[in-house]
Amino acid sequence: MSYIKPLFRHPKLPKNKIGYTLKEYEGSLSTLCAGCGHDSISAAIVQACFEMSVEPHHVAKISGIGCSSKTPTYFLGNSHGFNSVHGRMPSIATGASMANKDMVYFGVSGDGDTASIGMGQFVHVIRRNLNMVYIVMNNGCYGLTKGQDSATADQGSKSKAGSINPFQAIDLASLAIELGASFVAQSFSGDKQQLVPLIKAAMHHKGFAFLNVISPCVTFNNNPGSTKSYDYVRQHMQTVSTLDFVPESKQITASYDPGKSTRVALHDGSLIQLNKLATDWNPENRISVVNALQEARIRNEILTGLLYVNTEWKDLHGTLNTADKPLNTYSEKELCPGAKKLEEINRAYR
Amino acid sequence: MKPTNTQDPEYYHKVVDCQYACPAHTPVPEYIRLIAAEKYTEAYMVNWESNVFPGILGRTCDRPCEPACRRVRVEEEPVAICRLKRVAADNKGDVRQHMPQGPFPSNGKRIALIGGGPASLTVARDLAPLGYEIHLFDEQIAGGGMMRSQIPSFRLPEKVLNEEVNYILDLGIHTQFLTYVDSLKEIIAKDYDAVFVGTGAPRGRDLPNLPGRKEADAFVHIGIEWLASVAFEHTQSISKKVIVLGGGNTAMDCCRTSRRLGGKEVKVVVRSPFSDMKASPWEKEDAIHEDIQIFDNHVPLSFEVKNGKLIGMMFQKVKAVYDAKGKRQLLPTGEPDAFIEADEVLIAIGQENTFPWIERNLGLDFDQWGMPVVDRTTFQSTHPKVFFGGDAAFGPENVITAVAHGHQAAVSMHLYCEGKDLKKRPSPYTNLISQKMGIHEWSYDSPVTIDQRFVVPQARKSITLKDRKKEVELGFDVPTAFKEAQRCLNCDVQTVFTENRCIECDACMDVCPTSCITFTTNAEEPELREKLLVPALNTQQDLLVSAELKTGRVMVKDEDVCLHCGLCAERCPTSAWDMQKYFYSVTKAHSL
Ligand SMILES: Cc1cc2nc3c(=O)[nH]c(=O)nc-3n(C[C@H](O)[C@H](O)[C@H](O)COP(=O)(O)OP(=O)(O)OC[C@H]3O[C@@H](n4cnc5c(N)ncnc54)[C@H](O)[C@@H]3O)c2cc1C
Ligand SMILES: Cc1ncc(C[n+]2csc(CCOP(=O)(O)OP(=O)(O)O)c2C)c(N)n1
Ligand code: SF4
Ligand code: SF4
Ligand code: SF4
Ligand SMILES: [Mg+2]
Repeated sequence: MSYIKPLFRHPKLPKNKIGYTLKEYEGSLSTLCAGCGHDSISAAIVQACFEMSVEPHHVAKISGIGCSSKTPTYFLGNSHGFNSVHGRMPSIATGASMANKDMVYFGVSGDGDTASIGMGQFVHVIRRNLNMVYIVMNNGCYGLTKGQDSATADQGSKSKAGSINPFQAIDLASLAIELGASFVAQSFSGDKQQLVPLIKAAMHHKGFAFLNVISPCVTFNNNPGSTKSYDYVRQHMQTVSTLDFVPESKQITASYDPGKSTRVALHDGSLIQLNKLATDWNPENRISVVNALQEARIRNEILTGLLYVNTEWKDLHGTLNTADKPLNTYSEKELCPGAKKLEEINRAYR
Repeated sequence: MKPTNTQDPEYYHKVVDCQYACPAHTPVPEYIRLIAAEKYTEAYMVNWESNVFPGILGRTCDRPCEPACRRVRVEEEPVAICRLKRVAADNKGDVRQHMPQGPFPSNGKRIALIGGGPASLTVARDLAPLGYEIHLFDEQIAGGGMMRSQIPSFRLPEKVLNEEVNYILDLGIHTQFLTYVDSLKEIIAKDYDAVFVGTGAPRGRDLPNLPGRKEADAFVHIGIEWLASVAFEHTQSISKKVIVLGGGNTAMDCCRTSRRLGGKEVKVVVRSPFSDMKASPWEKEDAIHEDIQIFDNHVPLSFEVKNGKLIGMMFQKVKAVYDAKGKRQLLPTGEPDAFIEADEVLIAIGQENTFPWIERNLGLDFDQWGMPVVDRTTFQSTHPKVFFGGDAAFGPENVITAVAHGHQAAVSMHLYCEGKDLKKRPSPYTNLISQKMGIHEWSYDSPVTIDQRFVVPQARKSITLKDRKKEVELGFDVPTAFKEAQRCLNCDVQTVFTENRCIECDACMDVCPTSCITFTTNAEEPELREKLLVPALNTQQDLLVSAELKTGRVMVKDEDVCLHCGLCAERCPTSAWDMQKYFYSVTKAHSL
């Protein structure tokens, strides 16, 4: 039997600011298929949380159903988690956030979980600009139920069994921008160099941060003719920008050429420096991003990197003007002021 | 970096740290697995083939393998490699049936072995099956050399020694014991086809110029001579107060033997600091356990004699000072000199080679230190017929080194007798074979236990100190041996990478518990080492570097702390990684 993860780690594993190594951010050993892209995304989340020195107990992972939605078991084993119903992750995340606004929320979903059964919830959570990181591990199929085409499978993409997908694909990134998501990025599970800084930036963005990560299903959708295979994605990936995430505490050292790069200050004082590789696009202008996405589609390209960011829109708590202190820290005394107070309130309505 | 050449037999060999460190390159993990499988006879034979004296070495080996063990780097304490060897020897069945069976058809050639220690015995074992007529000369009463005369019975019972010496002598060796060879010329004149000198380093160092040495002579003994006279039962007792001078293995055997022969207050006095003593840590522990006091940083000044009797010794107190290069100097502390009482003193401050019986006009060169000029690979002297090995070749070492020399000398002697080039060494026997049995199934126990090293039980002091022949260590019992064996990381089960299968999904990199694997752009070694997931700072350990992959990156694996857990191969969707057992065996003369 080899399916037991040894407890030993590299003795020289670096420690982060709060004294933890990567080990403290790991979860249990994955039971996904060997080589599944989802595992790489899990590893990127572990790496990002380690590098950000977040306290694991300040993180909650919430997911729906699918191979992708199973991954929270395989990362951040010391954090909170909720494996909800198919497509219903956004409601649980919204409820959790309402109760405790001080946590980092990772919503983990699949293309089936988001673009099919969960589409209604997805649309509304964007509309509300809930402060969370929403990751779609997008493999163009329903992995868990044996690889049927999902709504993000590209038209003309070939399945493992040989059938051609006749339907148009839902482009989740374009949709998110259209619906007003305040942070939209695309990436590839096989490119951690890009993915890790994106996750870090998304965690620091106050509002809805959407990451559409192409994540090949090695078992059902990694065949020639599939547009979500390792080979296809590598050949058709077009990086719009490289991103340096600069936490608030760090001196900015990278040189800055306003013609080629853009700096975006986040709410908490940290900074994103985007080094643009594509020139005809402005990450703070929705129209230019939508255009860039459309043009890429015509060229059969997958645009990756941080596509759009807006730091002005209020997140849900801001819009609802909720209390500064998280709701769950209020005691019964404060939440139930008593019969006298109720009487007073009722009187006001009479 | 260039892609690693795993076709070089030494690449994977080096990954098996213990085997690589073993002078005879014993396939350690192979025999440890056999012990776990309760196949003691097979485990014994794997050892016997490589190191010839499994039962002896399982009790006395200097264990260069253990500090090298990977477990030291991932945990702290090495696998008890040496004491597991003893488990194989203690529990084996009939091993003789697996050994070469004489009489061997003669090849018409005759060989002389001078000295009957482990070096000569190894040559005998390797050459006898080839049909050589072998004549072994030793001045002692039986074979074994210093394993008989020096290593005390409480560490190595005579029964174990006799058994393993006899496996060799019974191959049809012509022995001439109680025969001191006093002329090499005469031996050469007897027309042997080749001669092997395995006479050891038989002279113990003295302190001839220390004041009082002559007057105290009746109470002062040279450690190795004294141990031999105890072993051969010429000496049965010692006085109550004993000083042992020296801090090496001989000193430890002298003090512990003294405790068994009547020594009540036995003190080891050594010039160096305790931590620098040559004795192994476990030897020091055993001595201290037997109530022996160790005085370090004491330099002997004089023997003190009163009324014709030794009353003790004077010592100067020193401290060790190290210069920038780490070179040690012992400087006086300025404290008053110390007097230590004693009735008898054993001098155990080192051994020397001496070859009074080798004529200097035979064309056999000696260097300025009086050592024969011997080739480090072929073990041939400047007299083409004469070969050296063991302590006689390059100075005192240990049993396993003597065995390793013996194997190489035997190869050379055989090549020489066949008229072949001695410099063309036979390549090792190697075999690399997949261990995959199915999904999540490997033919070795891949899970890694976190058990700490188990302690070998000892007999009670009240018993062992009464009888110098009573063995102190009891050896592991079978259940403990199993648990200790499971601590082995199976370093011989190699992570073999096939680049054209890799789809660069990063699964192996993500799953590896000890962050060994990194996919990155190539660079020169120093830079590449720096940019791995965890920088590979231990340059003693190699990097396994692939050829360039599709995305232009390379796979780099730092061999340093790989647990051989197999998870990389388990998580690889295309079997680009596979766990393959590498068997490496030094080619011996008998299989040429
Ligand atoms: C006190 C002590 C304890 C030791 N403990 C250990 C230990 O625990 N583990 C370990 O690995 N090593 C130990 N050693 C070292 C080890 O014993 C030697 O390194 C090893 O035995 C060397 O083997 P060899 O074959 O070279 O020669 P030796 O074992 O020294 O054998 C040489 C033989 O040649 C004979 N001889 C010499 N000259 C002649 C001659 N002219 N004619 C005929 N015969 C001759 C000698 O009588 C002797 O029998 C110890 C050594 C000492 C002194
Ligand atoms: C309400 C409900 N409907 C249908 C299913 C069956 N089902 C399980 S997983 C899944 C699709 C998952 O696809 P995706 O979200 O893309 O995840 P993947 O496995 O591809 O990562 C479906 C339809 C279910 N579990 N629950
Ligand atoms: S079925 Fe596909 S998505 Fe699911 S674990 Fe396997 S490779 Fe990953
Ligand atoms: S773990 Fe086992 S194979 Fe590896 S060095 Fe130690 S004893 Fe040898
Ligand atoms: S066997 Fe593979 S996964 Fe296990 S420690 Fe070694 S490189 Fe890492
Ligand atoms: Mg899917």
